[in-house]
Amino acid sequence: MGTTPSLADHDTTGTSSDGGGPNGGRLGALRTVAAVAAIAAIIVVLAVSASYLRDENANRLLQVLLAIALGVVGVWAFYWAMDRGVSALPEALSERVRPIVFVGPAAVILGVYLVYPAINTIIISFMDRQSENFVGVDNYIDVFTKSDTLTSIRNSILWVIIVPVITVAIGLAFATLVDKLSKRSEASAKSLIFLPMAISFVGASVVWGFVYSFRPAGFGNQIGILNAIWTALGNDPINWLSVQPWNNAFLMVIVIWAQVGFAMVILSSAIKAVPSEIVEAARIDGASEIQLFWKVVFPSVLSTVVVVWTTLVITVWKLFDIVYVMTGGRDGTSVIAERMVTEFFKNFNFGAGAALAVILFVAVTPVMVINVRRFQAEEAIR
Amino acid sequence: MAKITLDDIGKIYPDGTRAVGHVNLDIQDGEFLVLVGPSGCGKSTILRMIAGLEEITEGKLYIGDQLVNDVPPKDRDIAMVFQNYALYPHMSVFDNMAFGLKLRKMPKEEIKRRVLEAAETLEITEFLDRKPKALSGGQRQRVAMGRAIVREPKAFLMDEPLSNLDAKLRVQMRTELSLLHKRLGTTTVYVTHDQVEAMTLGHRVAVLRAVSPQRPYNLQQVAPPTELFNEPVNLFVAGFIGSPAMNMVYGHLEADGDTVWAVFAGNRVKVDPVALERHPGIDERMGDRLVLGIRPGNFEAASHVAGADPDKQIEVNVEVTEMLGNETFVHFLLDEEPVMTPDIQELLGAAAEEEAVMGHKTQFTARVSPDVPVTAGDRLALVIDTAKMHFFDPTHGVRIGATPPPGMEAMVQS
Repeated sequence: MGTTPSLADHDTTGTSSDGGGPNGGRLGALRTVAAVAAIAAIIVVLAVSASYLRDENANRLLQVLLAIALGVVGVWAFYWAMDRGVSALPEALSERVRPIVFVGPAAVILGVYLVYPAINTIIISFMDRQSENFVGVDNYIDVFTKSDTLTSIRNSILWVIIVPVITVAIGLAFATLVDKLSKRSEASAKSLIFLPMAISFVGASVVWGFVYSFRPAGFGNQIGILNAIWTALGNDPINWLSVQPWNNAFLMVIVIWAQVGFAMVILSSAIKAVPSEIVEAARIDGASEIQLFWKVVFPSVLSTVVVVWTTLVITVWKLFDIVYVMTGGRDGTSVIAERMVTEFFKNFNFGAGAALAVILFVAVTPVMVINVRRFQAEEAIR
Repeated sequence: MAKITLDDIGKIYPDGTRAVGHVNLDIQDGEFLVLVGPSGCGKSTILRMIAGLEEITEGKLYIGDQLVNDVPPKDRDIAMVFQNYALYPHMSVFDNMAFGLKLRKMPKEEIKRRVLEAAETLEITEFLDRKPKALSGGQRQRVAMGRAIVREPKAFLMDEPLSNLDAKLRVQMRTELSLLHKRLGTTTVYVTHDQVEAMTLGHRVAVLRAVSPQRPYNLQQVAPPTELFNEPVNLFVAGFIGSPAMNMVYGHLEADGDTVWAVFAGNRVKVDPVALERHPGIDERMGDRLVLGIRPGNFEAASHVAGADPDKQIEVNVEVTEMLGNETFVHFLLDEEPVMTPDIQELLGAAAEEEAVMGHKTQFTARVSPDVPVTAGDRLALVIDTAKMHFFDPTHGVRIGATPPPGMEAMVQS
C-alpha cells in the first residue's frame, strides 16, 4: 500500500464509493459490509442486554448499571453506528436515508407508546365492557345519559371554568406584590408560596384531609382545623366534604393552593421582564400604581397569562387524584378523569372508561392547540 | 413651562456610596441645558432625580416655585424621553402619544387635536395606527418625542435620546431637536455623553465628573458652549470638550521684558498678550511649572500662513497623518513626560496605563489645512496661534486665574 496509485485509490473510496477503480469499489463494499455488521452487532448487544434486564434472577446492581450504560452509551452507540452505516451508502442514497435513520427510532417509539394506544382507546370506546363486541356509540350515549357521568361532566366544566381563573388571578396578585418586596424577602415569600408545588396532589390531599377532617359530635375532639374553629364558635361539627355543592369548592381550593405557586413564579418572571423604562415612562405620563398595572404591566404579560391559564386548564381537565383520594367521587364530586379511572379499574367497564378517555382527549385538544400556537408566536417574537 | 432649581442636590445610595453631590443649577424658563460627562459621572441620576424616578437624599429641588422633593413623578408635570424610547409595545402610536392625556381625563377631541398636531410636526401622521414594533429606530424616537410634546409639560427631560440611532440619523435628529426647541421653547434638560451633541444643542452645558470621597462634587463648569471651549475651568473640562482633545504639555513661562515666552519640550514660542490677559494672575507664575494647553485647531503649517511669525513656530517630526478631506490631522511626539494629573487619568480611564507605557513622550495632534503636503516621517514647521493658549496649574489642574469648580477651592488656595 506504499505506492502512489493505491494511495489515490484510498482517497476516492473516502469521498465516493462508486467512482473509484476496481480496488476502490471492493474497499467500498467492504466498508458497507463492515458498517452493516457493526449495526447488527449493536442491535444484538441491545437485544441481549434488554433480555438480561428482564431476567428476575440476575444481580440487581448489575442490571441497574447495565440499564444506565444502555441508556447513555447504548443510545449513543446506536446512533453512531447508524450514522456510519448511512455514510457508507452511495452519496445520493445516504442523504435521503439519513433523516429517516435519525428520526426513525423516535418516531417508532412515539408510535408504539403514544399513537397506537390512542387509536386503540378510540376503538375500545366503541366496544362493550370486555372489549369483545362492537357496540357502536352506546358507550357515548351512556356517558351523556347516566346521571353519575353527567355529574362528572358538569363538575369538570365547573372546575375548568373556576380553578384556572382564580389560580391565575391569585398568582398574578402574588407576583405583583412580591415584586415590590426587597430582594431577600421576595425570595423567601416566593419559596413559601411555591412550596405546595413540590407536593404531589395525593400528598396535598392528605394534608387537606386533615384540614377538612370530621368527627361526629361526641366522637372525640375535632382534629380538623376547620371543624375545630367551627365548633369553637359553638356550632355542631360539619362533614365538609359531604356538603353539596360546596364540597366541590372545598376540593378546588386544594388545587388552587397547590398551583398558585406555579402561576406566581411564571408570571413573576414575566412581570420582571417588562422593561423598567416602560414602567417609568408610564409613571411620568401620570399613571397611578393601579393604572400602571392594568394599562401597562398586565397587557405586557398577557401572553404569559394565557399560557399559564391554558396549562392550568389542561391540568384541571385531567385532574383525578385529589377527587379520588378525598371523596372517591362521592356526594356529587366526581370529575371526568376520576370517573374514567373508576370505570376502568373498579368497574372493569373498558368501553365506558375508554369513551370517557376519548371525551377528555377531545376536550383538552383545543386548549393544547391554543397553547402551542401561543408558544410559537412567542418564539417568533424573540 | 417653568424654571428648575437644583439647590445643593445630592444622592447617597442605601449602601453608603455617593453618586451625586452638591449640585447647584438654576435652569431658566425655556432654557436648553445639557448635562454632559463620561459614564458614571452622575448625569443620568441627576436627571432621574428631577423626574422623580430616583429619591433625592440631599438638597432641594424646585420646579417652578414648587418644592418637589416628595412629589411623585406623575404630579411633577414633566415629560421624559428615554434612550431606548420606552414606548408601550401593546399600544398604537396614537395611543402611545395619547396615554398621558387620557390618564389626565382630557376631552377626546382635545387629545385628538394635540396628537394629530404633534404627529404632523414630527412627520409621523402616517404611522399613527402602527405598533412601535413596526417602526424604525428614528420613527420610534419621533413617537417618544411626540409623547412628550402632547403633554405640554413644564419641562422636557431627555436621557441620551439620540444615542441608539445611527450616526447619520443622529445628526439629522439633533438639528430637528434644536428646531423643535426653538419652536416650543419648553425648558429642557438633556443628558448625553457626546460632547458634540452637548455643544450643538445646549444654551448652557454642565460638565460633570464622577464624585470621589475627597471631592464629593459633580459639577465642573456650567457655561455656554463657546465659553466652555475657550475658557475651560480645569484640565478635566479642557480634555473632555473638543475633538480631537486639547493637547497638553508640561512647560513654563519666561518673562523677558515685555515679552513672555512659553518653554516646553525644548521649544520656545512667544505668547500673545491676549492669552496672558485671559489668565489673571499669570504674572506671578512666571518660571513655575505649568500645564500648557493648545487646541489642535490652533496650529497651522507655517508654509500656509502668510508672514508667519518665526517666534511662534515649532518644528516637529510627523508620526502619523489623517486626511479627512476638510482638514488633515498631524500627530507628533514631544520630548516631555505626558501630563498625568487625576483629571487626565479619569478622562483616559483604562487608556491611562497605555499612556504611561508610552514613557517620556507627549502626544500632540495638530490640525492643518488639507492641501499641506505632509506624510509620516516628514519634518514640518507649525505655527501656533498663541493668543488661544491655555495655562493650568499642574497639581490640581485648575486654569490659572479661574474660579475653581465647587469643592476644589481649598486645593487652589493651599
